[in-house]
Amino acid sequence: MPKMNLSHFEAAFLFSLFTSVVLGVVTKRSDRDRLHYGVYTFVCFLVALFGIGWLMYLGHG
Amino acid sequence: MAKEKEQKRPMPPISTWGPAVALGWLVPGGGHFLLKRNGRGTLLFACVTAMFLCGLMMQGAMFQPQTGDLLTTLINTGGFIGDVCSGILYLLSVWFGYNTPDMAGHVHDYGTKFLVTAGLLNLLAMVDAYEIASGRKD
Repeated sequence: MPKMNLSHFEAAFLFSLFTSVVLGVVTKRSDRDRLHYGVYTFVCFLVALFGIGWLMYLGHG
Repeated sequence: MAKEKEQKRPMPPISTWGPAVALGWLVPGGGHFLLKRNGRGTLLFACVTAMFLCGLMMQGAMFQPQTGDLLTTLINTGGFIGDVCSGILYLLSVWFGYNTPDMAGHVHDYGTKFLVTAGLLNLLAMVDAYEIASGRKD
């Protein structure tokens, strides 16, 4: 099994991508809503990623 | 009012949704393939499989059910259930002897989370397959 060595950002980005696609597919009832919800959750993941990252950086001093 | 009616709807017989849910557990997206939702099934299969493979390549640890204090039981048993929900991916990795100990390091930690989350996403896909098979969703 090949090994994968990702940074925090790369791993969190991949996590957000896969999770958003599945959440979009299983939650809504029309393809348009699924696409919107998938993009929305992906953007939320990224905002949380950068937001919490900056909070930890600033909180650390 | 409509919500109340929806809640009172009786549970359909297991023969209508059982095969889709069982196949959905065994093969990610399999329930959707059985119900002729090929596009959605392909997306689910690709995402859950890719997430599980990433977890393996990051050398994430598989949880084993353990008892002890409440937190230990909750984390290990919950993690084990999450791992098992990946179906054939979990079974194959165990059969081929994948057994990585829990190691320190952010990559291994992410790998463990990827493995569990792949199973939990497959659980969501199984619930979706149940709703489609029982007529609660298109």
